[in-house]
Amino acid sequence: MPILTVNKLTKSFGGLMAVSNVSMELKKGELVGLIGPNGAGKTTVFNLLTGIYQPTSGTVTLHRDKKEEQLQGLKPYTICKKGIARTFQNIRLFKDLTVLDNVRIAMNKNVKYGLFSTFFHTRSYSDEEKEMLDKCMQLLKILKLDHKKDELAKNLPYGEQRHLEILRALATNPCILLLDEPAAGMNPAETAQLTEMIGWIRENFDLTILLIEHDMSLVMKICERIYVLDYGMVIAEGTPSEIKSNKRVIEAYLGEEMGNA
Amino acid sequence: MEQFLQQVINGISLGSIYALIALGYTMVYGIIKLINFAHGDVYMIGAYVGYFCMTSFKLGFFPSLLISMLVCAILGVTIEKIAYKPLRNATRIAVLITAIGVSLFIEYGTMFFVKPDPRSYPPLTGLMTRSFRIGNIVFSAQQILIISITVVLMVLLQFIVKKTRIGKAMRAVSLDRDAAQLMGISVDKTISFTFLIGSALAGAAGILVGIYYNSINPLMGMMPGLKAFVAAVFGGIGIIPGAMIGGYFIGLVEVMVAGYGNSMFRDAVVFAILIIILIVKPSGLLGKETREKV
Amino acid sequence: MDKLIKNTGINKLIALIVTFVIVQVLISTNIINDYIFSTLVTICINIILAASLNLITGFTGQFSLGHAGFMSIGAYTCAIITLRYSTVWGFVGGLVAGAVFAAMVGFLVGLPTLRLKGDYLAIATLGMAEIIKILFRNVLDDLTNGAAGLRGIPQFINWAWLFLFTAGSVLLISNFINSSHGRACISIREDEIASEAMGVNSTKYKVTAFVTGAFFAGIAGAIYASYFYYLKPDYFAFKKSIDILVIVVLGGMGSISGSVIAAILLALISTYLQAFPELNMVINGALFVIIMIFRPQGIMGSKELSLSLIKKWTGQFGRKNGGAA
Repeated sequence: MPILTVNKLTKSFGGLMAVSNVSMELKKGELVGLIGPNGAGKTTVFNLLTGIYQPTSGTVTLHRDKKEEQLQGLKPYTICKKGIARTFQNIRLFKDLTVLDNVRIAMNKNVKYGLFSTFFHTRSYSDEEKEMLDKCMQLLKILKLDHKKDELAKNLPYGEQRHLEILRALATNPCILLLDEPAAGMNPAETAQLTEMIGWIRENFDLTILLIEHDMSLVMKICERIYVLDYGMVIAEGTPSEIKSNKRVIEAYLGEEMGNA
Repeated sequence: MEQFLQQVINGISLGSIYALIALGYTMVYGIIKLINFAHGDVYMIGAYVGYFCMTSFKLGFFPSLLISMLVCAILGVTIEKIAYKPLRNATRIAVLITAIGVSLFIEYGTMFFVKPDPRSYPPLTGLMTRSFRIGNIVFSAQQILIISITVVLMVLLQFIVKKTRIGKAMRAVSLDRDAAQLMGISVDKTISFTFLIGSALAGAAGILVGIYYNSINPLMGMMPGLKAFVAAVFGGIGIIPGAMIGGYFIGLVEVMVAGYGNSMFRDAVVFAILIIILIVKPSGLLGKETREKV
Repeated sequence: MDKLIKNTGINKLIALIVTFVIVQVLISTNIINDYIFSTLVTICINIILAASLNLITGFTGQFSLGHAGFMSIGAYTCAIITLRYSTVWGFVGGLVAGAVFAAMVGFLVGLPTLRLKGDYLAIATLGMAEIIKILFRNVLDDLTNGAAGLRGIPQFINWAWLFLFTAGSVLLISNFINSSHGRACISIREDEIASEAMGVNSTKYKVTAFVTGAFFAGIAGAIYASYFYYLKPDYFAFKKSIDILVIVVLGGMGSISGSVIAAILLALISTYLQAFPELNMVINGALFVIIMIFRPQGIMGSKELSLSLIKKWTGQFGRKNGGAA
């Protein structure tokens, strides 16, 4: 059963086709990899899916609760509310805010109390704030960040910043999670830990995950299916073993890497 | 029709002054992305230097013009060195606040020394007092002087920016500061030079406005400074021809509003133009849209 | 945790009541004479203005150079209404109307301009304030008496009103900041793209912060009109917006208590330099440059005073103030 259908998605900047005619499908509960050489347009696809860029043409359809919704042309915050959350390639945490606030901000979209309660701190304010705090602490405990809740995000070690960013995305209560190079800059031990964690959150949060990653060992190990992007186009799609033996992929991407090595 | 042409002449004269100030704004913005709020005050200093040259030292107009350009150039470079250079890597808001600080400092510092009362410029003599008629349209010698000096300075500026080594460096730094540095361009020197040129032009505008309007005061830089900034935004901030077009446009609009509407509204119209441009096309007449990289 | 929050609330309340009573006693015994009281009014107005601008610029990160425009709307609205209905209710009604009107203009101005970023927004708000000033001076001059200004506005502001509006404004603004909506505003300052991606409707929150800031600036304006009984458009020029910004920057962008401290500090400086207004402005200008170069985060940074610090600080300030009086 598909949860997200991407149909002929295209984005051009001026004359440059950053993404052209990309069609993809994510099935519910799947963990799909999106790989390709540098500049292939992977992050642009993420930016299109999350509304940061508007597609030149093509559609993105979310199938949720037996409904179909068109996501192209919507604002990022609306898409987030529909259930797509993401992390960023170059970590975009709220650096000068605490770990706790980073997570709490991601829960803002569920807040029901209005401006009156905000200004006068009424009962509904304190009830909801308390509930939110509890939820945040639960989330923070999962990644063992609870004892660091009052630390500023920028003071966390690099690996924990990556974790916090994933946690912040989870706090928006998504059904689809887009991870943009979560293992970038990590050592093998950290990558192994991250691999395990991604699998764990998928099970426990009932998520569908789309993952951009350069670390092939990670991608091959955890992804059920892989899309390969080159020059903004999908050049291959299949299981890890299929991708490994796909000639075009080897030419475009793996070959280049092997050649360099 | 004649009245209209007369207004056009007046508008171009006023626009010349705005254009000269706007050039400084636009060049500085182009190179360090800063709205140099102190720029209007450099223009005010230019007017005062001209005043003292002509009254206390009894110099003629052209020597006074050169001296005030020189003093303003030095002032501009000094401001950059003291206030903006330590903030090269600070946030843009921090630098903008600094610029406002410098502006207050110069305005009220000047007021402290020369007193807040307006002073009147010494009358010009000889040829400068004459006016010329074509049909019923009157050109005053001052207007001709303003327009021709502005044109000469603009041609000179275009030559410097397009043909000289330092001009190329300016363009390189404004395109990509890091890359320019890697190519061996001294970014600090280039920025200083940009302030030097921009401030010299503002100095020229200061003395020209002195002989045109006859009255100067320590806060005179505020309004024309803001309007010249509007002119720069109108043309597309960071773009030199844009500032020239914008300057003349704002000058004409102001004169037309005063001439055919109500002179009380000319400031309001200029700011309304600003807000409309910012909303409709923030990159200005000649500007290109840019996008943030995610 | 919950208990601690409640305790802080009670402590705050006690501190507020004590402050109120002490100043009231000092006024009744004429230790605070009219002259000192007018300084106190200025300080309170500046506190409201700075706290409200801090919400827009310090917390939400939207650089506004037109705050005096909203202040002038509150001032003129309240003045015009109290001149017609010269009763306490006229004053309160005028103050509320002024604040609401300022907020409405804030909404109309904010909606289109808040799409702009950084310095473009600064310039747009500056232009907006200039236009408002010109409207009061030249267009609405039947109501505002043009450039000559309005005189003889009935004076209703006393210490009780002043305290109520100042403490109330500061409290409401900090309540807003300490809520999910306030945090959403702060996240826009930190990283607008990330915050949109996390479900924060940045336009809505920017406009909310802007409108709220305008509302409280309107209150400050109304207090000004009602105490100083004379208004003219030129008072609300660009320079006034800058004065407010100085307080916010000096106190720390993102710190309400910083704004309060800076408002008091700058009022003291300008009281000492009253004979030399130019020098006062020169010092303000130099302060800007020096703060930005050496301590860009201002006095408080984005931190708030903690309870123990408040006690320590009020102790010191009390002594200092006693010495000055």
